[in-house]
Amino acid sequence: MKVLVAVKRVIDYNVKIRVKPDHSDVDLTNVKMAMNPFCEIAVEEAVRLKEKGIATEVVVVTIGPKAAQEQLRTALALGADRAIHVDTSAETDERVESLGAAKALAKLMEEEQPGLTILGKQAIDTDNNQTGQMLAALTGLPQGTFASEVVIENGKAQVTREVDGGLQTVELTLPAIVTTDLRLNEPRYAKLPDIMKAKKKPLSVTTPAELGISVASRVKLLKVEPPAERQGGIKVGSVDELVDKLKNEAKVVA
Amino acid sequence: MSILILAEHHDGALAGATAHVVAAAQQIVKESGGDIDVLVAGENVAAIAEAAARLDGVSRVRVADHAAYAHLLAEPTAALLNALVGDYTHLLAAASTTGKNVLPRVAALRDVAQISEIIAVASPDTFKRPIYAGNAIATVQSEDILKVITVRTTGFDAVAESESGAASVEAVDFVADNAQSTFLKEALAKSDRPELSAARVVISGGRGMGNGENFTLLDGIADKLGAAIGASRAAVDAGFVPNDMQVGQTGKIVAPELYIAVGISGAIQHLAGMKDSKVIVAINKDEEAPIFQVADYGLVADLFQALPELESKL
Repeated sequence: MKVLVAVKRVIDYNVKIRVKPDHSDVDLTNVKMAMNPFCEIAVEEAVRLKEKGIATEVVVVTIGPKAAQEQLRTALALGADRAIHVDTSAETDERVESLGAAKALAKLMEEEQPGLTILGKQAIDTDNNQTGQMLAALTGLPQGTFASEVVIENGKAQVTREVDGGLQTVELTLPAIVTTDLRLNEPRYAKLPDIMKAKKKPLSVTTPAELGISVASRVKLLKVEPPAERQGGIKVGSVDELVDKLKNEAKVVA
Repeated sequence: MSILILAEHHDGALAGATAHVVAAAQQIVKESGGDIDVLVAGENVAAIAEAAARLDGVSRVRVADHAAYAHLLAEPTAALLNALVGDYTHLLAAASTTGKNVLPRVAALRDVAQISEIIAVASPDTFKRPIYAGNAIATVQSEDILKVITVRTTGFDAVAESESGAASVEAVDFVADNAQSTFLKEALAKSDRPELSAARVVISGGRGMGNGENFTLLDGIADKLGAAIGASRAAVDAGFVPNDMQVGQTGKIVAPELYIAVGISGAIQHLAGMKDSKVIVAINKDEEAPIFQVADYGLVADLFQALPELESKL
């Protein structure tokens, strides 16, 4: 079974973001970029499936500017076999929205025919949490979102999902789409020899035009502002003072 | 304008989240008017439909009561919404794990974008939403005919029950075929405490709790305050408590009247999930901890001494 994994290049999760002074967007100039953490979990899950002998090939895809090939090389170093870059630099210098990304992935799935496609549940830049579900709709396949466990057995996928209040397990026919939650696995670090080997692994480039799809934006970004700053309060000296403040000043405790 | 809302329900009862989504819908139709319909999908959901019909501002409740919609699996629920939503300008649901699972699937079936987790309505096509874990607020305008939107419930005060009587309830006949996904089981945390995202008071523990057993130190205080118990991602990653207790960017977003952070340093990740709380209390032995920068009341203390004392004095 072939496994397809989608990854996204985003701001490194340790970086504190700044809003541009003209409020047009977040300032990404000279900011450290990395693979979206949920996508790292997706790559790890696919590689583990290959190590268990369930997956025969792991193909990793990204949709974005040329620089996003760095994240493909990272995925190759982590154990993916082959990479595809959907280069959007000719179409847009802005973000590709979830629907456009899902359309590109759906086209690639037609060509690649994977048995399982794994994506991160959301990217930590736009926090949309949409692409996997949209891809499932466009391909007419079942979806197992926010997965904390994936078991492939008897031609089906049992996916345990992180839902409000606990866990839900669903069984999906294959092929299927899975999106990862935090507890699915703990991604490995790439070893130096693997990073060197990754440079020689195949990486092909295509474009939205070649795939015959549009990644045009449907949502206009009008303004980006920093959130309202919360003012820090006071330090209290004792539990007694705290209880007194909560009762008599904030009046949130009876 | 006309709005369809997918109702949220658990254990045979309408979830509180739906009343918040109706409030967001009311803001969308505020200027130009329009109907707000609520779809209740599920199995044996008549009582839930009646509860939805009593919410203020609801014009009509549509009920799809069929085994196909039990557990609101994404595939049949999205097919149902796709069949109904053609007559509407907006489709809304709570940004719960149900709404997040189902709505993007509907959006793609309709070939429109989705706007996720709105916290404010600027106009019927323009909304505010947090990005980068709430470190920036984007104002976005949808250019699609149908606006598909998930609503962060903490951004909108719940509507009350209607004083002018219940809305009409009508059955929907559409039954979705689904041979692709099957519900196997559910393991929901059983608790007498209120649900995290709906609680008036939340008390959360972080890595400073030291281990999972120590979380019992929060129990007595939670009992006295009627609080839900949460945790930081650090505490979840350390294996102290299960992930469904996580408050933060990757967990639950809460905005209670009182939030008590115990042994939590205050990573951006965590602040994103609780900084809209009305009153924040931080108890931490490290006086440099960033949590104190957002806390209304900070207590620099060893939590193992402060918690029992706080419990006895409340």
